[in-house]
Amino acid sequence: METNLWRLLLSVQPSRGLVDEKFSVRVQNAPPAHPLTMHALLHSEDGDTWEAFGHYVTDSGGDVNVSEDPSLGGTYDGVEPMGLLWSLRPAPGSRPGLRFRKRDAQTPMQVRLSVYQGHQSEGFMDRAVLASVMVERWYMAPGVRRVNITEGGVTGTLFLPPGPGPFPGLMDLWGGGGGLVEYRPALLASHGFASLALDYLKQADVKNEYFEDAYRVLQQHPQVCKNRIGLVGLSFGSSVALKMSVYSNVIQPRCIVCVSGSHIQHVGGTLADIFADIAKNQKKTRYNEENQVIWRDLLLPVPTDLSKKVDVSQEQCPLLLVVGEDDQNWPVPESADDMREMMEGAGNSHLLTVLSYPRAGHLIEPPYSPHCRESDRKTKPAIFIALWGGEVAPHSRAQEDAWRKTLDFLRENLYCSAD
Amino acid sequence: MSWRSCFYFLRAAHKTLYTLQEQLGLLGRSGIRPSSTMAQTVTPILSVLPTRGLVDEKFKVALENLPPRFPVTLHSLHQSEDKDYWEAFGYYVSDDRGRVTVSQDASLGGTYTGAEPMGLLWSMRPVPGSRTGLRLRKMDVQSPMVVLISAYKGHVFEGFREQPPMASAVTERWYMAPGVQRIDIRERGVKGTIFIPQGPGPFPGVLDMWGGGGGLVEYRSALLASHGFVSLALDYLSPKVAVADDQSLVYFEKAFNIIQQHPQVIKDRVGICGLCLGASVTLNVAAYSESVSPRCCVCISGSHVLPAAKSLSYVINDGYKHMDKLLVDEQNRMVWRHAILPITTNPDEKLDMGRIKCPLLLVNGDDDQSKATVESAEDIAKMMRAAGNEHLLTTLNYHDAGHLIEPPYTPHFRASNFIIQHLQQKVLVLWGGKTKPHADAQEDSWQKILSFLREHLYPCPSSSIPQAKL
Repeated sequence: METNLWRLLLSVQPSRGLVDEKFSVRVQNAPPAHPLTMHALLHSEDGDTWEAFGHYVTDSGGDVNVSEDPSLGGTYDGVEPMGLLWSLRPAPGSRPGLRFRKRDAQTPMQVRLSVYQGHQSEGFMDRAVLASVMVERWYMAPGVRRVNITEGGVTGTLFLPPGPGPFPGLMDLWGGGGGLVEYRPALLASHGFASLALDYLKQADVKNEYFEDAYRVLQQHPQVCKNRIGLVGLSFGSSVALKMSVYSNVIQPRCIVCVSGSHIQHVGGTLADIFADIAKNQKKTRYNEENQVIWRDLLLPVPTDLSKKVDVSQEQCPLLLVVGEDDQNWPVPESADDMREMMEGAGNSHLLTVLSYPRAGHLIEPPYSPHCRESDRKTKPAIFIALWGGEVAPHSRAQEDAWRKTLDFLRENLYCSAD
Repeated sequence: MSWRSCFYFLRAAHKTLYTLQEQLGLLGRSGIRPSSTMAQTVTPILSVLPTRGLVDEKFKVALENLPPRFPVTLHSLHQSEDKDYWEAFGYYVSDDRGRVTVSQDASLGGTYTGAEPMGLLWSMRPVPGSRTGLRLRKMDVQSPMVVLISAYKGHVFEGFREQPPMASAVTERWYMAPGVQRIDIRERGVKGTIFIPQGPGPFPGVLDMWGGGGGLVEYRSALLASHGFVSLALDYLSPKVAVADDQSLVYFEKAFNIIQQHPQVIKDRVGICGLCLGASVTLNVAAYSESVSPRCCVCISGSHVLPAAKSLSYVINDGYKHMDKLLVDEQNRMVWRHAILPITTNPDEKLDMGRIKCPLLLVNGDDDQSKATVESAEDIAKMMRAAGNEHLLTTLNYHDAGHLIEPPYTPHFRASNFIIQHLQQKVLVLWGGKTKPHADAQEDSWQKILSFLREHLYPCPSSSIPQAKL
């Protein structure tokens, strides 16, 4: 039985941070050259357990500084200040196909950081912990206000930064996973953008006018600068953003961010038409060795027919594309290449910025949350495990880099540019 | 924008952001009206990181997207639990890139000057028109202090409520880290609150005693627990706690034992921390208790000049007896520092510091107008030198700091209202200190207090003790 002749000190700063804020994790007062395991534990709202860990050795002063010292192994290795968060994965024995998503954006993620003796890789729940602290990770900064929107038939949630404003606005369009995802707009509001999370997939027959109505609701809010509105989309939401920005007379964004999106879609119809089109190509679905679903071919090859893709040569505002080169769900790299070609041909490619990340997958989300390579998709009549792609470390770096550049892009176009 | 509506919602903010929304959702439509010139221009970007910090954590306040070389005022506003408003402000000019970085740029005026990362907190004072003699203290430590930071156009020194700011951000300042537990103690006649750090422990313990103002002040204990110490904030002056007439140290020994016997406390690693009268009690226990031995002691703004074998109420009353030495200055403020001067040479009138057996840290301000702590510390050193235990003593004297040396980044007040408990008389007491040196003293002393407690209470690996194999 180990005799603890010493008590180590574990500190995390800040202990309550925004989800995209770095933290500093330090261990002090241990013996020198002593092996320790840093461990993170997170319980999702669905009751699943996620964990991450790294193996360290204390320095000559008996300290570990996660921001500066290398992890020698675990769910991440090397010098990774935020590895304990981004390398979180479902604990052994979990249900397959899990994806971490915070439904309630108003409460923090609560991560327990612990220190274990030696280099452990399993059985953490059965071992004695040397020290442990609770860390909160928030999507909403203090003072950010959450407002339910139900006017003019539009359903969504508006997040307003603190202060009198007026603020630039963002319409945030999540992907085909459905439901109202609030955490990204909550975080965007924490960075000074009045952000509307739009609920648009409740009904299959949502009309294009619905998006225009939502845009108007945002424009007309007294705390929003009506001439400084951008669109941020993920996956299918990016497709909607591209289409609306080119073809709608009402939606005139000042800039657009398309994460993991494609311009390939039936331009003339509604969303229902687009889904029907995709369904027609079901036979192009592939499966990997684990029987996970690869849907990226359903939209390929990139059409030459302009009725089948958004004509981005008509795009009039800056466009930022975020591309994961290992995207297994949508042909995002191919679409980005085609969009660039179209815009170069038309002479408006100066508006285009493409951020392309090797070995990153489809779900490029705000940083320091767990990477999801595959997860279940409830597509009638069965539940499939969809393969999103990406490898943990490169994908996490992509999330960190893309988020920072996204915020810079939004600031530059919505805050800084002249009227 | 009405401050009242602003703070009504800000105070609710930390309790339930959710119930807050509906009220706040209305603000954009009714309460706040951006000025007409602002409707077309965009606000600058104000950020405070971390957005939610511990009270002793530094923050970074930055402003971007201003025109270059643009004068701005950065302003902080807080509504206390007593409903008073406190504010601070600094004057800045943006650089060529339109940025202001508070941690690096110099404030050109306001309630603080120079490059002061935390000036917006420690230089706070009651807003004009407030009641007098105010002191800012957080009594509910389970909720944060909520501070509104705003940027105003130009260099403004008044009328902050009459003009809308260009931008605002909200920051929370917490005494309790997440997961720290707070437990009411009512045991064996002892009354107090115990704070337990997160984690399995066991942890070192601290008995924490505030001063003669009475009541139960929890915030320092909460903060100590956030740094890994089980802390008991002890109530020893309320009428309900019949300590005052007890001549023995039994009450304090029981409190000490409660900490020691807690299942998450390392028995032989319990120290005592006291301020003012609490410091005197600390020295009394450390020198004379036959049943408890603190492993170390921290005495802030305290004195050993009190008779050892007398009750607390005797000691307190005795202090007020030397009326000829208690001055009232031209602003009607009580100046008590002369009560024990000159330091007595009669050994019966002071604690025998030769009896101290553990490391002792004294923290004093040399502008302390309430107690002659610097002179006391010199006498303590003299006594310990003569007794041969001076190696245990460390003294920190802070130039131009006053009596109330508290955890950092909270406002300094040179004088405030004080109720003399046994007379139930309200007076204005001069604590002393000048704002900037006092703020520096709070910052520096807190770090040193934490280091001192860690050094003596956290068992350290020793190279001479063989470690058990894994």
